[in-house]
Amino acid sequence: MIMKQKSVALVGDQAVAHAVRQSNVDLIAAYPITPQTIIVETLNEFLSNGELSARYINVESEHSALSAVIGGSLAGGRTFTATASQGLGLMQEVLYVASGLRCPIIMAVTTRAMSAPINIHADHSDVMGSRDAGWMQIFCENVQEAYDLTLMAFRLAERDDVLLPIMVNLDGFLISHTMEDLKILEDSVVSEYLPPRVASLKLDPERPMTFGSFALPDYYTEFKRQQVEGIENALRAAPEEWKRFEALSGRKYTVTRPHFMDGAEIALVSMGTSAGTARYAASKMREDGLKVGALSVRLFRPFPSEEVKKALVNVNVIVVMDRTVSFGAYGGPLFNEITPLLYGTNDSPTIANFIYGLGGRDVTWRMMVDATEIALKKKKTGEKIPKAQFLGVRE
Amino acid sequence: MRRKFLSSKQKLKGWKEMEMGGTISTPGSSVDFKVGEFRTIQRPVIDLSRCTKCYICWAECPEPCIYRKEDGFVEIDYDFCKGCGICAEDCPVKCIHMVPEAE
Repeated sequence: MIMKQKSVALVGDQAVAHAVRQSNVDLIAAYPITPQTIIVETLNEFLSNGELSARYINVESEHSALSAVIGGSLAGGRTFTATASQGLGLMQEVLYVASGLRCPIIMAVTTRAMSAPINIHADHSDVMGSRDAGWMQIFCENVQEAYDLTLMAFRLAERDDVLLPIMVNLDGFLISHTMEDLKILEDSVVSEYLPPRVASLKLDPERPMTFGSFALPDYYTEFKRQQVEGIENALRAAPEEWKRFEALSGRKYTVTRPHFMDGAEIALVSMGTSAGTARYAASKMREDGLKVGALSVRLFRPFPSEEVKKALVNVNVIVVMDRTVSFGAYGGPLFNEITPLLYGTNDSPTIANFIYGLGGRDVTWRMMVDATEIALKKKKTGEKIPKAQFLGVRE
Repeated sequence: MRRKFLSSKQKLKGWKEMEMGGTISTPGSSVDFKVGEFRTIQRPVIDLSRCTKCYICWAECPEPCIYRKEDGFVEIDYDFCKGCGICAEDCPVKCIHMVPEAE
């Protein structure tokens, strides 16, 4: 049954804070960093007003923030933190501890360019640098998704067959500081959807256990294999959990979001806020008679290879948009995920990779059209997989 | 009290049989892990004819793998001795000698 919901106007950071408040978290530890700061400021407001009963630990760095929530998570608690850019960089070594110890921590990352040069605006250089840390990564397109995907993340992360931390990525400023209207569920409905966490293994004086034990060459490989199983189980678990949420909210979530993809000959593939721009560009090009579709990748880790392959296997020209540079690599991270999926398919498509939107540079639908035109030219010249190129760079 | 000795060759578990994230849910399981395998160069041997039962070796063994027997003498559990040599170094009557593993 679809529940009654309240329409509110919030910026993305506030929407995430509301989702966290309603999720009845036990522990929050975070260090302020732009553009995430409003999340923890709002959570502190809730705490001061008595609207949230979580423990909040003020820490001296992001390294400590994540370390503190790992402790809380191992004690069986539901935990949350938030960061961006340099903060995520400072957490780097602890990220692997959180996933290796199977802590279902939820972390909002307001994606922001890495220094230097210092910049506070959106790109994916922070989260893409952590893509192999064993965390799940979910990309939001707007404020409503930031709220919904944060709420849903707790259920997914805490499942015994998954038990891994999740980064909920919302583009800095483009979502974090942008006010939009959204629908939020009643607190009681969320409490029912998300009952208190029951951890099967936890720090408990009545039942002593060892966490964080040493694993020598004879055991380390087995633990990594076990982690792969957990993250791959999420490919099945995420749609299950998202369906459960759809029944309450009426809002449908899938691991990828295809738009005009049926019978499309050209596809624009992107993640995060640019997906909306890609859909608009696709509809504009459709008016000109080009069969363009857009595919938004919502779940980046684990990567939904089957769904992406299915969506793209009959497309002739694929434009892959990467909002980060993989320095010295042939292409960006999204391109590197997609290209091998289409190797040896019937009519190998042209796959053109574009680096765009760095440090918050605006990307317009016209730029997406330009990218598509470049890709079509490459198709004509028979260059199947050209090297990644910058979109909108001054020479 | 002397620990219960298990068979020296242990079967390694597969990833499906292990607890999540390296958690060890059974306390005291370290006795199953025979760290004596670390000992590659030399092992301590006690000359009981000169032992004065001062128990300094018993007190100082960091493992600890030196036990007091009912007759008051000490005994080394080689399943756990890593061959650090602290017992031989600190024995006041020098009745503990480090002997090459090959011998």
